[in-house]
Amino acid sequence: MIQSIAFVITLAIAVYFIRKRVLRLRDNIRLGKETTITGDKGQRLKNMILVAFGQQKMFKKITPAIFHFFIYAGFLIINLEVLEFIIDGILGTHRVFAPFLGGLYPVLMNMFETLAVLVLFACVVFLVRRNVLNIARFQSAEMTKWPRLDANLILVIEVILMSAILCMNAADQLLQVRGEAHYTATGKLFFSSFLIPAFENFSNGTLIFIERFAWWFHIIGILAFAVYVTYSKHLHIFLAFPNTYFAKVEAKGHINNMPVVTHEVKSMLGLADANATPPATSGKFGAKDINDLSWQNLLAAYSCTECGRCTAECPANQTGKKLSPRKIMMDTRDRMEEVGNSIAKGGPGLADGKSLLGDYITKEEINACTSCNACVEACPVMINPLEIIVELRRYVSMEESGAPASWNSMYQNIETNFAPWKFSPSDRFNWAKEETK
Amino acid sequence: MLPIPTVADLAAKGETPEVLFWVGCAGSYDDRYKRVTKAFVKIMQATETKFAVLGTEESCTGDPARRAGNEFLFQMQAMANIQVLNGYGIKKIVTACPHCFNTLKNEYPELGGNYDVIHHSTFLQQLINDGKIKLEGGGEFKGKKITYHDSCYLGRANNIYEAPRAVLEALDADLVEMKRCKTTGLCCGAGGAQMFKDAEKGKKEINIERAEEALATGAKTIAVACPFCMTMMTDGVKNKEKEAEVKVKDLAELIAEAKGL
Repeated sequence: MIQSIAFVITLAIAVYFIRKRVLRLRDNIRLGKETTITGDKGQRLKNMILVAFGQQKMFKKITPAIFHFFIYAGFLIINLEVLEFIIDGILGTHRVFAPFLGGLYPVLMNMFETLAVLVLFACVVFLVRRNVLNIARFQSAEMTKWPRLDANLILVIEVILMSAILCMNAADQLLQVRGEAHYTATGKLFFSSFLIPAFENFSNGTLIFIERFAWWFHIIGILAFAVYVTYSKHLHIFLAFPNTYFAKVEAKGHINNMPVVTHEVKSMLGLADANATPPATSGKFGAKDINDLSWQNLLAAYSCTECGRCTAECPANQTGKKLSPRKIMMDTRDRMEEVGNSIAKGGPGLADGKSLLGDYITKEEINACTSCNACVEACPVMINPLEIIVELRRYVSMEESGAPASWNSMYQNIETNFAPWKFSPSDRFNWAKEETK
Repeated sequence: MLPIPTVADLAAKGETPEVLFWVGCAGSYDDRYKRVTKAFVKIMQATETKFAVLGTEESCTGDPARRAGNEFLFQMQAMANIQVLNGYGIKKIVTACPHCFNTLKNEYPELGGNYDVIHHSTFLQQLINDGKIKLEGGGEFKGKKITYHDSCYLGRANNIYEAPRAVLEALDADLVEMKRCKTTGLCCGAGGAQMFKDAEKGKKEINIERAEEALATGAKTIAVACPFCMTMMTDGVKNKEKEAEVKVKDLAELIAEAKGL
């Protein structure tokens, strides 16, 4: 009874914090501009099923994909066991599903244990990849103290949680054999039975304590982890799904149109439809801060798990330029957090005198982009850093007239000569008269 | 080279071309790329394709302006071009520039310009498939090592990876791939309006990195399908002082040479 009350209180605390944080995430994403999600719903759904659920793009790099798949499958399937934990916790029962599932229960338990072992193994491999092997994308400049700690914390927590399951099952099996009341027979559990020798000399009382401790440790761990995830790069486990659904379905080469500009250009050229109403504008061309980006861009920033595949593929980054597509996403998220925290405290929010462009992302970074789409192609959850880069460039060119001097000359050439180079338009067809050189 | 009809010439006779050849700024003005324009024209003439060009009525698609951030200028260019194209009733466009191709195909429809747009690599592939280009015995490139550098605006931007390779296969050449190819192909460094400014500070130029990779394949011909890639790869090869042995060539030039056009 006491355990049930304690459990319900623990669960309520976790739900309270998760709810609070989810509402904040929603508000922060809503700081972004409204945007029309174009394209076919069927295609979007297909993307979500293949890319998020089916991990399709992860498998471009086979080794990490396999280990990541262990953790992903573990997360999806072990959560079924967490459901049993929660019901047991509330009702004060033990292994409430066992009587209903009969012979299937030990099979499922063994499956969970297998996954737990695979997750444990994969997490150790990932800790080695991050901390021992010198993998460049984990060492880039934007991987400062917190992003590195965040990644390691998640892996260490998962190792501890999985170990707790195995210890719990080992103690549980011994208690079953010794005929302790309350401990429903599960049959032999393959992996945890290896741990039995370590527990054999303990008394029943100690074993019950170990089993209960591991149970509580695991469930509190999972609930705490669930809260932690909402503050961490690990949000991708949920947001990968909406992000792949809302990701652009047009050809990657397509850059989003600006209807406001279309309206103005049409009026200038006398092509305007007399009945057309000008599209709503934020009064600004392009993006200077997060509220000038679309909510879809902001959702993408929260979906980023900082794996750095984008940056590893970026030609500018590979040749030592400051641009890093991962940093673009991290900066967008960090600025959203800053503004969101400020608003929550009754502070100035967006009007704090800072902005995404300038205080977080520099012109030097965005100018280095070749728009080659390598980052977009590389992202396992279909994040598009290029969209943000283009919006920032639009602000610089159209609001600040601050593009590099050579780009301003290129603009001038197009305006006056209809070509980006300084050639006379009347010479455009001369090639047809020249001898082949 | 036979005389090249303009769309205006045909319109005067009450005709429209089956296909408009969009030459592009590089194809019109850049000395190196003019050779590609001419090679492609020769192929179209040899295969009796009923094409025409806009001549002096053609104008920049606006691609570099849009990508550098000047949306106004892009849309001014796009609207003007669409007026010309729609005025002549153009239905189908072929171009040897992946940047023009991408803009015409993906970005003009929203502004009122709807055409069937194909890149010359796909066009050449179709001519080969239709038996209009026959390369008996493979011509002079038979068995020779050729590597193909993917243009970002054909590849990742528009998922065209196979057409250029199919054209090279018709040459019966030994196609050797670079480590970074197709979806992971490394950019030449010129996209996104980089062609029109110096690169930001870094430890290397992108085109040098890419030229080194292409040279490492041992191929004596680096095939490209984009005017910017052409410039960047040619400069990269020169930087490595390999221009005497290794040639950078467009797909159309390779086909024209193999056919003796």
